Amino acid sequence: MPTDEIVISLKDVNKWYGTFHALRDINLDVRRGERVVVAGPSGSGKSTMIRCVNRLEEHQSGIILVNGTEVSNDVKAVEKVRRDVGMVFQQFNLFPHLTVLENLTLAPIWVKHMPKAEAADIAMKYLERVKIHEQAKKYPGQLSGGQQQRVAIARSLCMRPSIMLFDEPTSALDPEMIKEVLDVMVELAEEGMTMVCVTHEMGFARTVADKVVFMADGQVVEMNTPSELFGNPKEERTRQFLSQIIRH
Amino acid sequence: MAMVAGIGWFLVANTLTNLNARHIATGFGFLDREAGFGISEHLVPYLPSDSYFRAFEVGLLNTLEVAVIGIVLTTLLGLVMGIARLSHNWLVARLASAYVEAMRNVPVLLLLLFCYSLITVSLPLSRNAFNLFDCIFLSNRGLRVPAMIWDDSAVMVVSTLALAVAASFLVGVWARRRQEKTGRYFPVLWSSLGLIAGLPLIAFLATGAHLSFDVPHMAGFNFAGGSTVSPEFAALLLGLVVYTGAFIAEIVRSGILAVSYGQTEAALALGLSRMQVLRLVVLPQSLRVIIPPLTSQYLNLVKNSPLAVAIGFPDLVSVANTAINQTGQAVEGVSIIMGVYLAISLILSFLMNWYNKRVALRGGR
Repeated sequence: MPTDEIVISLKDVNKWYGTFHALRDINLDVRRGERVVVAGPSGSGKSTMIRCVNRLEEHQSGIILVNGTEVSNDVKAVEKVRRDVGMVFQQFNLFPHLTVLENLTLAPIWVKHMPKAEAADIAMKYLERVKIHEQAKKYPGQLSGGQQQRVAIARSLCMRPSIMLFDEPTSALDPEMIKEVLDVMVELAEEGMTMVCVTHEMGFARTVADKVVFMADGQVVEMNTPSELFGNPKEERTRQFLSQIIRH
Repeated sequence: MAMVAGIGWFLVANTLTNLNARHIATGFGFLDREAGFGISEHLVPYLPSDSYFRAFEVGLLNTLEVAVIGIVLTTLLGLVMGIARLSHNWLVARLASAYVEAMRNVPVLLLLLFCYSLITVSLPLSRNAFNLFDCIFLSNRGLRVPAMIWDDSAVMVVSTLALAVAASFLVGVWARRRQEKTGRYFPVLWSSLGLIAGLPLIAFLATGAHLSFDVPHMAGFNFAGGSTVSPEFAALLLGLVVYTGAFIAEIVRSGILAVSYGQTEAALALGLSRMQVLRLVVLPQSLRVIIPPLTSQYLNLVKNSPLAVAIGFPDLVSVANTAINQTGQAVEGVSIIMGVYLAISLILSFLMNWYNKRVALRGGR
């Protein structure tokens, strides 16, 4: 269950791409152990927002704090934040020139200066957890999409992050592979990992989320528990969006 | 079929008749005869009284010298410029772009002539040479540096230098193993530098702290003594390196851009630094895109080197030309040139293809 300690805090965050106002005065707190799902139509700034948290995108005004470290132009601070925040991408982004095992051990060896054998032990442990350890010697190109995404999750976990960001982790998957990835994410949530997920999987949001954030046009429109937000949306924009996705 | 054979027979017969009429002997017998012409630069001892074969050897070595040094330098320049062109720093990126666009849009022959005249015109005469510590002189006759005299202590110092290079290589292997085992990082660069500078210094002091050098000095209108980097060699090398480097920079840039940005983001998100991302994730994947066109550029550099004729550097083609003029044995001379360039190109391609196989992606995709 979430504690009171705030691990991610966004205060009045704004971002522009040229003249396009991508994020408008975003305010959001994530507490330790909290599972936050970010939903909203495409182009609403969901991905941009979580990518600002580990500085894959730069925000232009406002303050972002991760575990008390301000995300800024300070390279050392950003690297510290990134060591502590895992990220899973829509396109998996596994390193195709390395085996599955090498994908997992790369960062522990080079960033944490961990002995190779120890890194490999930890990697195998996480591969077992995502039920893919027999593929350790294969290359990413030899795996299915669902397997690749599970490897990508294990790769992030190998750095022992305290926070995990998911950027539409199931959007590039065939329908029958979505479940195997969601299962891993649910398991992770049950273990108490702090998670921020951008996803269109409303079933996942309903079962695991402590808080659902609805975004549109670069703004946080509404933020509530899943049962409240889905059952009793307060804003017209939210109702409109929910009716759109429930119709199908 | 018959017609092609007929034309071929006619050409051969006609050539033989004409050669006979001019009393030119065919065959490679001429290689043993005295060449009788001087070659301004030679890596092995050479006198005009040596044979044509020796002259060809000298030319070949000069060509190989330019090729090997040129390929190493142009790769470094291309790599740096290619990465610089993608830099986030506005000035660095623009300077690299300006370099690439200026160099690759100029005919290489013009570039060579420009480099040559730059050196010969803009540098001072011998007697006004730029003088560094009274032992290094830079003038329009080239760069004169002291040459080491091969006495015992010199041999000692140079061999310890070789030893230090070998030792630092071993340290590198050991440090890699140790990092794999314990995770502890060992400063390989600094220890290697220490070894390479330190060991020869110890040998130098141990052998009585004296090395003899043949220091260049003014004699008449030019310098005597020491060894020289000639303006011709410098101009050829400079011209070929900056010209080919521009193309390699573009190849490196396209190779890096061919790796999707998602790879960089994923690696950054894991906490790797920008340098580590480039070295461990992006460049290894770029190599498979870079190597095949890079091979072509290496071949281009080698095959552009005969333009040395224009600025008077005695490469293989230049030597062969003189030999052909003197003996009239153009067929043999040209076939030697063709054979040599074919061999160099094939060896280069073979090496690069072997390397390409090593960096190729495994496991499909």
